[in-house]
Amino acid sequence: MNRLARRSALLLALLVLGCAGPTETVVLLPNSGGEETAVTVTRGGREVVLAQPYAGARLGRGGAEAFASDAEQVRARYGAALAAQPLPPARFTLFFVENKDELTDESKRIVDSVFAEIARRPIPDVIVIGHTDSVGNDGANDALSRQRAEVVRAGLVARGLAGDQVVTIGRGKRELAVATGDGVAEPRNRRVEILVR
Amino acid sequence: MTKTFSARLGRGLLGVATAIALALPARADVGQIKVATGQVFVDRKGQSLPGRAGLVLEAEDVLRTGADGSVGITMRDNSLLSAGPNSIVSLERFEFDATTSEGRFDARLQRGTLAVVSGRIAKKEPRAMTVRTPSAVLGVRGTEFVVSVDE
Repeated sequence: MNRLARRSALLLALLVLGCAGPTETVVLLPNSGGEETAVTVTRGGREVVLAQPYAGARLGRGGAEAFASDAEQVRARYGAALAAQPLPPARFTLFFVENKDELTDESKRIVDSVFAEIARRPIPDVIVIGHTDSVGNDGANDALSRQRAEVVRAGLVARGLAGDQVVTIGRGKRELAVATGDGVAEPRNRRVEILVR
Repeated sequence: MTKTFSARLGRGLLGVATAIALALPARADVGQIKVATGQVFVDRKGQSLPGRAGLVLEAEDVLRTGADGSVGITMRDNSLLSAGPNSIVSLERFEFDATTSEGRFDARLQRGTLAVVSGRIAKKEPRAMTVRTPSAVLGVRGTEFVVSVDE
């Protein structure tokens, strides 16, 4: 092929591709957590809402086109991306014996499960989240919940977890496990969550 | 070790915990590579780093995968992003207050395939997380979706 022919072929290819334009595809997946799920697709001031599992939108030069995808199509196109998805965080909750400085027996056993989960993950990191009940103001509860998390973190580190693998968060009374009004003492809300990621 | 999980929450210890909290530096990390196969690079401030599992990510990092590459990351808010081969994904903006769960997360898929599980930022405020493509903005109300950009 001479140079002119090569250029012509390239030009033709570009024209054909140019007409098709880049194609972008979005597909909403069923979600494992059972929570409400939706994605909005906004393009040129127009919004399409994908709210059903496997609802898809295809965006080409001609505009947006809704389509119904399915598990097989998703697997074929996105198999590699989905295979690389990290494990979702594993969640553990620890409770303290009321009016004592120690975890309940059940919670001590849960700590063993935490270490088993850490061992099974290739690149584990741990987030320790302290919570309080609704007695007191945000400032005091944030500090208290943070401190509960620090106590648990110290315990995990003492059992061999590397310090740089674990961070603490105090979430105060923002996420009550048991819904109560404000100012209610509730032991089930005085807890520490451990996320192994 | 009997005091390992000591939960004495007296006033004195509270002061210590507050001091620890105040002494912690601001966090620059936004997430971490948990899974990497084949060719994966992270472009950061003009440098290209090997995208190995374990690498801690920063805002504005750009992840690139080769023809045999894929990469999976966990963000600080528990969002999970994973890209297939021949993909370019930018972590354009990530801000997260772990106490209140308020934040902002904007990612961009320039090319390739991306699977997303949204995290706490989108759960707290559905307008706070977006994924951009060359021609569209995806608003993440939750929770799992896939997106591709074919050139």
